[in-house]
Amino acid sequence: MSEETLNPTGGFFTSKINEILGWARKYSIFQYPFVTACCGMEYMSTACAHYDMDRFGAGLPRFSPRQSDVLMVVGTISHKIAPVLKEIYEQMTEPKWVVAFGVCTCTGGFYDNYATVMGIDTIIPVDVYIPGCPPRPENVLDGLIKLQEKIQKQKQLV
Amino acid sequence: MITEKLAGKVLSSHDFRGDETIVVKGESLLEVMRRLKEDPEFEFNILMDLSAVDYLTFKEHSGPRFEMVYHLYSIPKNQRLRVKVLVEEKTAEVPSLTGLWPAADWYEREVWDMFGIRFTGHPDLKRILMYDEFVGHPLRKDYPVNKRQPLIGPKN
Amino acid sequence: MPLTQNSNFKSRTMMLNMGPAHPAMHGIIRLVLTLDGENVEGCDVHIGYLHRAFEKMSEQSGYLQVIPYTDRLNYVSPLINNVGYCMAVEKLFGIDVPERTKYIRVILSEISRVTDHLTCIGASAMELGAFTAFLYMIQAREFLYELIESVTGARLTVSYVRVGGIKADLPEGFEEKTREAIQKTRKLLKDCDQLLTRNRIFIDRMKDVGVISKEEALAYGITGPFLRSTGVDYDVRRANPYLVYDRLNFEIPVGTQGDNLDRYLCRMAEMEQSMRIVEQALDQIPKGPIQVDTEGNVIPAAEAVDEAKMGRIEALAGKRVAPDPTLEGAHKDQYAAIEAPEKRAVLPAKEDTYGNIEGLMNHFKMIMMGGGFGMGGHGIRPPKGEVYFPVEGGNGELGFYVVSDGTDRPYRVRVRPPCFPIMAALPICLKGYTVADIVPTFGSVNMIGGELDR
Repeated sequence: MSEETLNPTGGFFTSKINEILGWARKYSIFQYPFVTACCGMEYMSTACAHYDMDRFGAGLPRFSPRQSDVLMVVGTISHKIAPVLKEIYEQMTEPKWVVAFGVCTCTGGFYDNYATVMGIDTIIPVDVYIPGCPPRPENVLDGLIKLQEKIQKQKQLV
Repeated sequence: MITEKLAGKVLSSHDFRGDETIVVKGESLLEVMRRLKEDPEFEFNILMDLSAVDYLTFKEHSGPRFEMVYHLYSIPKNQRLRVKVLVEEKTAEVPSLTGLWPAADWYEREVWDMFGIRFTGHPDLKRILMYDEFVGHPLRKDYPVNKRQPLIGPKN
Repeated sequence: MPLTQNSNFKSRTMMLNMGPAHPAMHGIIRLVLTLDGENVEGCDVHIGYLHRAFEKMSEQSGYLQVIPYTDRLNYVSPLINNVGYCMAVEKLFGIDVPERTKYIRVILSEISRVTDHLTCIGASAMELGAFTAFLYMIQAREFLYELIESVTGARLTVSYVRVGGIKADLPEGFEEKTREAIQKTRKLLKDCDQLLTRNRIFIDRMKDVGVISKEEALAYGITGPFLRSTGVDYDVRRANPYLVYDRLNFEIPVGTQGDNLDRYLCRMAEMEQSMRIVEQALDQIPKGPIQVDTEGNVIPAAEAVDEAKMGRIEALAGKRVAPDPTLEGAHKDQYAAIEAPEKRAVLPAKEDTYGNIEGLMNHFKMIMMGGGFGMGGHGIRPPKGEVYFPVEGGNGELGFYVVSDGTDRPYRVRVRPPCFPIMAALPICLKGYTVADIVPTFGSVNMIGGELDR
């Protein structure tokens, strides 16, 4: 889901409705945290009291792919779990976005070996990449804000 | 000290940096391990670790390709011991220790997965860390580190 | 009313798959359960979903390059893994580190152990519904992360310990900050204790659940808080003391029943003991060298480079160059206190590397690897041999078995993962209990995927 038509042609009302829907969608993010490895610790830190994610509206993780709209892939993906990740991505309903959290999901990190997927964008489409090993919570919040900007600019009505 | 008590079964021994080590023949492994576990003189009640080493590219190494390494620990006597067994490449079979210590179950599955050494008498020898469709044994020295066998997605 | 009594009904067990992606913050694991209604008849544990080939990668890298890989093994207590690996390589060399380094390693290991137990108890309390306890414990963990960041530069993946010493000395004001962080952590732990330990619901869910007997735990090779909760007091810090643990006073909390509640109480008590160890170590640590006041004879590094490029070397005569802030703690004066005097394993101080030709050659020989392609390098080369070095990790005995063939890359690095045998024994802890009991039992195991699958 990455249609990036900015300012759809149409009347005043469709662009206003687009804006309102974008505003609603970006401030009520339900994430599915697919946590595998060390980045999960920084995800926990970001979600908790010190660097709160709830103030951005993204504080409620839904642990079912059918009820969430952002798939946060946190931590290294090995070839054994890759089919599971793809299945979870396909079980999510539109509109959905994917965040690659941590450098192991962006490009594979320094695990260039027989067991690791070198970047999850070889399997599923990714919207925001948050590099870092593990990324600091401030980086995660920066990535979250970028995701919110992307959601706002998207064409909301199909 | 332990080598004198087990004399006859021990092929060689050393004491590098204080770690007592004995090398034992494959056929007498079960007997030696049983004695180490049950004899009140030794009482090695914990099997700490079980793994293998592939000596294919070790310079100036003569002898069989694989070596099984067992680390034992005795809580009552606070003693450690390392037991090694030489394993030939062609047969690659070692008796399983699951009868003595149930801990050996998963360790031996991992050695089968990573090195391809079979354990006779193991209840259920199958892969543990890699997926079943994987072909080959990754920790062997002749398996290239980058050779991927992806289930989905591109090859590299 | 068992259905099997009525001959018209046939009953059979149900297979339920729990995982690999399940809503617990523990990582990925798959439990294939055989259920009879809500009761667990059998359980098959499938692991390996986070296998990142630590052992294969460490065969391709030099000895110092393995240290970042060890950080990511048990990622909630990374310093303990670093210390374990470096002490194994130091045992191969046969070198001994200075006193101050030993105390610093102990202090940081114990702080890592506290973060490990905080994460474990916090996550398992959250799964039982006690979200407040989780938030308090993660906040306490933040205080400790800030401490670790001030020393090492990173919160989680630190790579702080080196073969023959550590990266840099403690910063100014570390002692006061540590004591303050410990006070705040103690207060938060007291709050969590009041919330959980005598809570009727918590006790009902944890007491007599997930019981394992002493003999079974020993037969499976289990160590750590899991074994201590059954009544065996085995702790590597007592049995084979390493670093300075033999000079510090601490107790080993031991349980009786072997159930989840005992494991929780063991971990809470261990955190208090770890904080006690840190305070004692801070009292006993030998003082670091004091920066010599050079009365205006210090020139900043950038200025020194500019002067040298202009050819004005008279301006540099007799002056000392102040190194970059990223090298804080690793000045030449402090080097003697934190690194062993071992040229084969320890990089020289930066003032020597850039200052005189012997330092430069020493640095070059140690960093450039290979030695056969005309590069002239050598790397760190321990003598041929094999060692096994156990340390006490958050989950039990973490052992490193390193085989060296005399070249600059380790021939084999094997990690004895403490939670591997615990996961092998998990079916025993789950059999006969209900599905709802799986959650607290699995939480008390403290499975860390990076360590289990390596």
